[in-house]
Amino acid sequence: MTLHVPSIHYLALLPIFIFFGAALVLMVASALSAKNFSPRLATSTTVLASVAVLVVTIAQWSYVAHHGATTTIAHALVFDDFSILATAVIAASMLLSALVAHDWAIRERVVGVDYHVLALAASAGAMVMAQANDLVVIFLGLEMLSLGLYVLVAFDRHRAASSEAALKYFLLGGFASAIFVYGAALVYGATGSTNVSSIAYFLGQNILLRPGLLYAGGALLLIGFAFKVAAVPFHAWSPDVYQGAPTPVTGFMASIVKVGAFAALIRVLLSALGTQMDTWRPILWALIALTCLLGAVVALVQRDLKRLLAYSSINQAGFMLLGVWSANVRGVAGTMFYVATYAPVVIATFAIVTVVGGVGDEHHSIEHYRGLARRQPWLGAALAVLLLSQLGAPLTVGFYAKYAVLVAALDAGGGALALIALLSAAIAAYFYLRFALTLYEESDHDDASRVAVPRASVVVIAVGVIVAVLFGLWPGPLATWAQHATLLFLP
Amino acid sequence: MHSSWWLSALLVVPLLGAAGALLLRRTGRAYGVALASAGVELAIAVAVAFLYNPHLKGTGTFDFATRHVLSAPFGLAYDVSLDGISLLMVVLTALVVFVALAGARERRREASFVTWLLLLTSATMGSFLAHDLLEFFIFFEFTLVPCYFIIAQWGGPERARAALKFFVYTFTGSAFLFAGLLYLGFEHQHQSGGALTFANDALASTTLTHSASVWLFVAFAIAFAVKSPLWPLHTWSPLTYAEAPTAGSIELSALLAKLGTYGMIRFAVGLFPGALASVRPIMLTLAVISILYGSLVACATPDLKRLIAYSSLAQMGFIILGVMSGSRIALVGALLLMFNHGVITIGFFVIVGFLEQRRGTFTIRDLRGLQGPAPVMAALFTVVMLASIGLPGLSGFISEYFILIGTFATHAWWAAVATLGVAGSAAYLLWAYQRVFHGPSDEANAHVHDVTNRERWVLVPVVVLIVALGVFPRPVIDRITPSVTQLVAHVEPAGLTK
Repeated sequence: MTLHVPSIHYLALLPIFIFFGAALVLMVASALSAKNFSPRLATSTTVLASVAVLVVTIAQWSYVAHHGATTTIAHALVFDDFSILATAVIAASMLLSALVAHDWAIRERVVGVDYHVLALAASAGAMVMAQANDLVVIFLGLEMLSLGLYVLVAFDRHRAASSEAALKYFLLGGFASAIFVYGAALVYGATGSTNVSSIAYFLGQNILLRPGLLYAGGALLLIGFAFKVAAVPFHAWSPDVYQGAPTPVTGFMASIVKVGAFAALIRVLLSALGTQMDTWRPILWALIALTCLLGAVVALVQRDLKRLLAYSSINQAGFMLLGVWSANVRGVAGTMFYVATYAPVVIATFAIVTVVGGVGDEHHSIEHYRGLARRQPWLGAALAVLLLSQLGAPLTVGFYAKYAVLVAALDAGGGALALIALLSAAIAAYFYLRFALTLYEESDHDDASRVAVPRASVVVIAVGVIVAVLFGLWPGPLATWAQHATLLFLP
Repeated sequence: MHSSWWLSALLVVPLLGAAGALLLRRTGRAYGVALASAGVELAIAVAVAFLYNPHLKGTGTFDFATRHVLSAPFGLAYDVSLDGISLLMVVLTALVVFVALAGARERRREASFVTWLLLLTSATMGSFLAHDLLEFFIFFEFTLVPCYFIIAQWGGPERARAALKFFVYTFTGSAFLFAGLLYLGFEHQHQSGGALTFANDALASTTLTHSASVWLFVAFAIAFAVKSPLWPLHTWSPLTYAEAPTAGSIELSALLAKLGTYGMIRFAVGLFPGALASVRPIMLTLAVISILYGSLVACATPDLKRLIAYSSLAQMGFIILGVMSGSRIALVGALLLMFNHGVITIGFFVIVGFLEQRRGTFTIRDLRGLQGPAPVMAALFTVVMLASIGLPGLSGFISEYFILIGTFATHAWWAAVATLGVAGSAAYLLWAYQRVFHGPSDEANAHVHDVTNRERWVLVPVVVLIVALGVFPRPVIDRITPSVTQLVAHVEPAGLTK
């Protein structure tokens, strides 16, 4: 008996190797070093790994341009522009959030390399999700991502809320993973494969006389994803977890988790179940309408900024789903563009929340932001720009993000859904602006001290603002990349 | 064809001024920089007005045109050009900002105030110059942001509520416009088979079914009617006008309201001529209701600033009446009124702002007998008021007259009822004037000092324009008529060109 080793495309796997390698190196090095491991060195390693991945994605991009997209490891992973762009976004987000975490760790006296190791491993999980071409591999990536995050959420041992949030996230996340696996099993039962392209091929060639099993499996997969991206009604965990988690981790969740989850969701719904579009689209329609509206409406009454941003990110997830619902090339590009631009903006937002949070990471009430822009004009203006971008104000990149998915939805005949989403954006505008105005109001207590903004955080905030404004004025190149980042298998 | 750099300069100069003001905020020179950039802007606008040539071959009546595609997948382009209709608005924009800066100086946190104001100028300019529907929408929508911050930070006691009400109303209205424009873009793309584009000329050539064009017209009209405002979508405006700082009120009613009527002319009417036959009776009726309702409520309102807000509602009704009448003369009148109402409103709000500085109130009951202590202010108010009422020889008359005779020729009944509005405006303005300026002045009002020299200079251009355009509107009419003729020929191929 011979063992067939499937051919492995190492260039495709390189980003995942780099992140895991960096995590391993950090772990081993910190175990071997006698003294406390320098936090600067740990952060540098993460940043270096992220830059390396970004460079690799450029090489990958040109490779795919010349040789075409392909699959590897017995079709378990797919190597196409879509996965490359998602990987690049994950690496960029990792870079930014590592810088935020660096300043936070120094302030909170968190020693050791654990944070970076876990974050790198979780990001590698998100990359696996972005490249996966098999339900089992998606599950693998999902678990890698989630296991790292469970610990990261609990990282702040001084605050009970952090552990509580981790427990909540772990229990609900565990359920969601179980539901996802069950869904994968049912789909396997219905189609005879867990491979995305095999499922698509099978469903394209056969008509299921009794599609119940497939529908149940598809619905369970959708629920699993809906949990991960916090779509209503599977969102209940997100405000509590966003609030309880250490703020840099919240930024990590709002960006990297979304990239990985949306990449895999698009792969499953469009590549694998694209033929069943007429079945899942109405369900997704309802999910989107609920997600957009509930996220916007409930955010109105929040007094804690992290909760407010959690609901805002629920609302944003609704918009991202809009591109998935469109189920066309434009929609995929739109969601990709949305996710890619939302990630830096939201990380920069949470970078500001982190620095304002102060020692102990506790000043998150909206009251703490009253007059921020008067005390620190640059910081306040940066936050205002980031909020305007999330609102979708014209001349910021958020406008084009919303524009891209709305265009796709209208192209797919979703006029009513687009209008619902737009109206939810009008509601969301209310709380974004009200909050932005708080920044410029006179503070009740003038003795409120200025918050210190460490250098790495300055970089992150600047990057977020530059992305918001630069691509807001000239979205050309990014839009073109997103347009090119099509899936290898699209029905 | 003139170089498009003129128009780009109109967009960039306020931005440079804003950046300069922001950088110099600690030195106290921010205001000077802002005023200088507004002056340069006005000079460029006037130069453009003189250079504009409506008779170029092959460009319609557009001049200064250029188009650069910024993002092909999004159909996004930088496309500016100028015709007689936008020319008038461009000059108005530059004028309004200059006078607002000069006459309604805001001394609290001045640098940020002028920065927002100049950003708003650039966005407004952009909306009037855009020759691409998506580009227009981006500028149109962006005007909300500076406006929101100006009202919410420098407004009256209820400023936060007013600003949010304003933002949410207009933002919601724009959602309809946005959905409509995307639909139209796709319809065009499917028909032409080319790339996604929102260029005005391309969209105008789209063939639409009757019901599609009616729905699109309605979607566009909702957004523009909120902005104008038009009854029954006006409910945000009295509170917002009253609570906004003086410069904000000037911007809102002299300028941003015109964005609504401009959009109505250029896009709602210009792109969907097929819908006009069906929607015209409704729009004309709403316009007439706005006129009458605005006049009636203005009679009853106890607050001078709100009175001007309601009078603006009536005036906007006249403009929409002219726009929807289908008559060329009435459309010329509507455009003139857009300009003249802008100038007149600057006058009103500046004078009311002076009063507020002196007396700290807008309530008509608290003001009495100001003619004694402040005769020059009373005289200036009289000129502005008479122009607003429509006294022959002043600028308000010619525009209302054109609107009414044009509309009489095409839709006599609506014009007949609308004429009542002219009497209404005389009633509420004269009555307000009587209460504020006539009679014996009591203790609080006896020592109001008259307008200073500086304040007089601010109002000089307003009065000059009111008189000049009243007796000699010819140069303006000559510049806008070719564009209007072309628009009417495009939307009314069957006639109705009285």
